[in-house]
Amino acid sequence: MASPKKRSTNKSAPRLEVKKTFKLFINGAFPRSESGRVYEVSSNKSGFIANPCLASRKDLRDAVVAARAAQSGWAKATAYNRGQILYRIAEMLEGRADQFASEISLASGVTAKKAHDEVLVAIDRWVWYAGWSDKLSAAFGATNPVSGPYYNFTIPEPQGVIAVAPAESFLAFIDAIAPAIVSGNTVVALVPGSAAIAVMSFAEVLATSDLPAGVINILTGSHDELAPWAASHMDIDGFDISGIDKKKRSEIKVAGAENLKRIHSFDGALSPTRIYAFMEAKTVWHPIGV
Amino acid sequence: MTFEYAPAPESRAIVDIKAKYGHFIDGKFVPGKKHFATINPATEEVLSQISLGGVSDVDKAVTAAQKAYTKTWSKLSGKERGKYLYRIARILQERAREFAVLETLDNGKPIRETRDIDIPLVAAHFFYHAGWADKLDYAGLGKSPQPHGVAGQIIPWNFPLLMLAWKVAPALATGNTVVLKPAETTSLTALLFAEVCQQAELPDGVVNIVTGDGSTGAAIVNHPGIHKIAFTGSTDVGKKIARAIAGTNKKATLELGGKGANVVFDDAPLDETVEGIVNGIFFNQGHVCCAGSRLILQEGIADELIEKLKIRMAKIRVGDPLDKNTDLGAINSREQLSKIQELASAGDAEGAERWSPACTLSAKGFWFAPTIFTGVTQAHRIAREEIFGPVLSILTFRTPQEAIEKANNTPFGLSAGVWSEKGSRILWATQQLRAGVVWANTFNKFDPASPFGGYKESGWGREGGKHGLAAYLKEGK
Repeated sequence: MASPKKRSTNKSAPRLEVKKTFKLFINGAFPRSESGRVYEVSSNKSGFIANPCLASRKDLRDAVVAARAAQSGWAKATAYNRGQILYRIAEMLEGRADQFASEISLASGVTAKKAHDEVLVAIDRWVWYAGWSDKLSAAFGATNPVSGPYYNFTIPEPQGVIAVAPAESFLAFIDAIAPAIVSGNTVVALVPGSAAIAVMSFAEVLATSDLPAGVINILTGSHDELAPWAASHMDIDGFDISGIDKKKRSEIKVAGAENLKRIHSFDGALSPTRIYAFMEAKTVWHPIGV
Repeated sequence: MTFEYAPAPESRAIVDIKAKYGHFIDGKFVPGKKHFATINPATEEVLSQISLGGVSDVDKAVTAAQKAYTKTWSKLSGKERGKYLYRIARILQERAREFAVLETLDNGKPIRETRDIDIPLVAAHFFYHAGWADKLDYAGLGKSPQPHGVAGQIIPWNFPLLMLAWKVAPALATGNTVVLKPAETTSLTALLFAEVCQQAELPDGVVNIVTGDGSTGAAIVNHPGIHKIAFTGSTDVGKKIARAIAGTNKKATLELGGKGANVVFDDAPLDETVEGIVNGIFFNQGHVCCAGSRLILQEGIADELIEKLKIRMAKIRVGDPLDKNTDLGAINSREQLSKIQELASAGDAEGAERWSPACTLSAKGFWFAPTIFTGVTQAHRIAREEIFGPVLSILTFRTPQEAIEKANNTPFGLSAGVWSEKGSRILWATQQLRAGVVWANTFNKFDPASPFGGYKESGWGREGGKHGLAAYLKEGK
């Protein structure tokens, strides 16, 4: 019986693996960084893994433009529709769980079992957040009994464009983007280091899901470089800095004060307040009368 | 037909203003070291001398608030806390006229407003929040949400006692203790409120009031014993506070500036709309962060509506704030008057057309006639910057989309108005407008049950309603 190696077209050497070029994900497309820069991801076990793009300030600006353009359309989609799109992401992730597990394991060095568990948790997070889309008004809205002949109600609305800087892990990335987009925000994700490997494969899931282009934009590279630019960008409304080193958060908040960005960090516990943190309450008054 | 009104001044005999005030710390009035004058802006008469709080005064107040938090207030059940708030609400109702007259004297706003709007809303805020004190588990913040500790609160001069109520009532209901600084020009009603705390037998140190200026406010913001900041004021100062607390664990709510768009569609009921426009910009001399200061009219009705507006504006009575017939009182300070004059001059210089009705303004005190500017473009300073005075900038639009684009074309997002008889258009517009409060076929309505606060650079968080409680609580586990 022929061994797999013997099936190689080249009889003298094993088949050479076709490696993926890691690019960015902006407005539903996969451009390289305009800067032409890359960084190396490698591990002790496997050696060189890939050269993801080292995103630049210009890439960030492009991503914000895409996110802003996509925002009103995404917010206008019905909550039912947004919920289904998030659930669809879970479906597609489930089908490729093994791939993500092996990429996580390869890049971060965790065991295959641990990596697989992380993917399953991530899938269930999508399911959990998907279900929130049409319950936010019930949980965070109100009708208010004002003293006078007025109908008065409060509804939560998405803030707009949210930057997220998750810690260097696939699950941290999912935990940052899912709550940000479920309400109708669009996202620019700043993904650090080795997390780029699984995350950029995940971008392929997004590209072939029903998520409109520009709703999630992904930049890989360095938080130290990208986060201060995101903090001072005047067209970003909110910033999830959960993955930013605690010592560097103060500098981010100072820069973000210029347009009073909503800057939050979360400890990872599952809570709808992570969704509501990037929403605004709007209160509407109308007279009642004949 | 012209109506003539004889003067109908409210008596000021009901108020007893002391020659000099100290700070209210740990349940007692303590004399300050330095003082500054507070005046009646309608007459420039010196009303009293107010203490200028420094770092050490703030430190004493914070220490008192910390002690009160750990020793008494945090140990009290919600039910008992609520009863103190109910007591305060009742005393405020009993002494409402006294507060109204004092507020009008110190602030310059008409007695009609302090008597019918400010002070009733103050009592309502305490009454509303009193009921929350033992029901916080139902506020949607998880089981047993917890207070932060000591809240540092800095309030503006445009609604002095009402802003105190917006800050103090939710803070106490949720179990926090307070160090509050009233605005430099309007400390008197806050100091009278301190007496109400004494009458209500509120435990010492639960509410502390330190008077002073911006440096006093900065001392509160920077004090390490403060866990939560609540500020209402300018966007510039709001940003400074955001920077100042960036390296700390302090929470903050910021209620800042606005440039509210009041959008009128061509099917709006014009007479009601004119009343709404007048209320939107001339209420409280336009010293309102959520004022409808940009009127955005559909072209087809613009001329007719502006004519009606001018006729209505000619009926606005500007004058003695204590007169019960007065609609528009005094500008709160010389500094604010200069700011309004400066921006109105910029409106002239940039080519907008100014109109005011004929009115006689007193030579003493600070006054500005109700004013509209037509022919305003989005590039004009009077369309972009908050004037905080009785000055309305009028722009026009053709399509609903254009109206929304113009309305939202501002870094602010506090309030907006929309006028139309068509239900679907109203709901569409309220969805599109990027503002925390949208008044449809009405304007400048407030209620303790109704959350208030802005999008974008108009601030962080909400005050009032269930939403306002979140600012003073940590999520329960």
